[in-house]
Amino acid sequence: MRTLEQTTQEVVDLATRHFNVAAGSLSPSDDFFKKLGIDSLQALELLSRLENYFGIELPDYEVQGVSDFRTLAERIQSRL
Amino acid sequence: MKSFSGKALRWEWRDGVVELTLDREPANEIGTVMLTDLEKFAAAIKALEADTAACIISSSQKRGFSAGADLRELYHGAIALPEKERNAGVRDFVERSHAIANAIDAASFVTIAAVHGVCFGGGLELALTCDIIIADKMARFAFPELRLGLIPGFGGIPRLKRDLGNAFVRDLRLTGRSVNATRAQAVGLVAQLAGEGEALKVARATAAQITKFDATTRAAAKKFLKPIPYAELKQEVEIFCELFARPAVLAALKKFVESNDAMPYLP
Repeated sequence: MRTLEQTTQEVVDLATRHFNVAAGSLSPSDDFFKKLGIDSLQALELLSRLENYFGIELPDYEVQGVSDFRTLAERIQSRL
Repeated sequence: MKSFSGKALRWEWRDGVVELTLDREPANEIGTVMLTDLEKFAAAIKALEADTAACIISSSQKRGFSAGADLRELYHGAIALPEKERNAGVRDFVERSHAIANAIDAASFVTIAAVHGVCFGGGLELALTCDIIIADKMARFAFPELRLGLIPGFGGIPRLKRDLGNAFVRDLRLTGRSVNATRAQAVGLVAQLAGEGEALKVARATAAQITKFDATTRAAAKKFLKPIPYAELKQEVEIFCELFARPAVLAALKKFVESNDAMPYLP
C-alpha cells in the first residue's frame, strides 16, 4: 500500500512528465492551474493520465475545487 | 461530393473509405458553423453510399474529438432574442442536429468514430451515431448537460440507451461525470482501445477490413443490428426544448460563459 507521501510524489512526477516541465520544478503544494498555466481541458488530460497510471476512477466532482498536488493525491489515495 | 473542405471540417474519399475530419479551434465546438458543415456531409451521404464501405470521423484538433455544443455562441445567440424567438431558434438548431445525426446513423456504410481527448456532450452524441467507437487511451467521455439544467439535445440519450446498460447511462447522465477510455470500453461504449495518438491508425485498419465485405450484406446487417430509436429521439427534442425555455438554463449558461473558474466545465 502506498503512503500519501509516495502517492503525492508520483502525482508530481506524472504531472512533470505529462506537461513536459523541468524535473524538480513542481512541488506538492503548488497550485497546478497557476504553476502550469493549464485550463480545464488540460486538467482533464492530467486526470486521465492519473487514472490510467493508478488504475482507478476519480469522478470529476471529487476533484472539483482541487488545485494543488497534495490534495489531489489525497483524493487518489482514497480510491486506491 | 467525394471531397469537401469547409470552415469546420473536411472529408475525402479514397478506396471505398471516407475520412471526415473535424477541424475547428479550439475543440470542435458544435455551433452554427460546424452544424452547417455537418449538414453538407449529411446531404452527401446518399451519393457516397454507392461506392463507400466505411467512413471514419476523427478530429485534427489536439484537444480532442469535440468538446460539445458551442455554449458561448448558444448563450450570446439566446440573450439577443426575445423569448419566443429564442425558443424557436433553439428548436430549429436541435432539429437540424437531429436530422444530421439520423442521416449519419442511417448511412449504409459502416461509420467509425476515432476518438482522442475530450468527447463531451454533442461530441459524444456525434460519436454515438457511429457504428464503432475506437478510442485513444487518453480519451474522455461525458454528458455534462445536467450542469446547465439540460439533457443532451442531439440524440445522445436514446442512442446511449440503445447501446449500453441503463445503469451506466444513469451514472453518466445523472452525475455529469466524465469517464476515461478504459471504463468506456468496459461498459461497451468503446469498441476498441488504441494507444496514445493511434486511434486514427487503428480506425483505418478497421475500415480497410470492412472494405472486403459484400456491400448488400454489410448494409443489411447494419440495418438489422442498429435500429434507430426515432420515437425516443422525437421525445428528446420536446424535453430539451421544454427544459431550455426555463430561466434557470440561461442563468446557468451565463454563469458558465462568464466564469473565471479554472474548471468551468466542472461546476
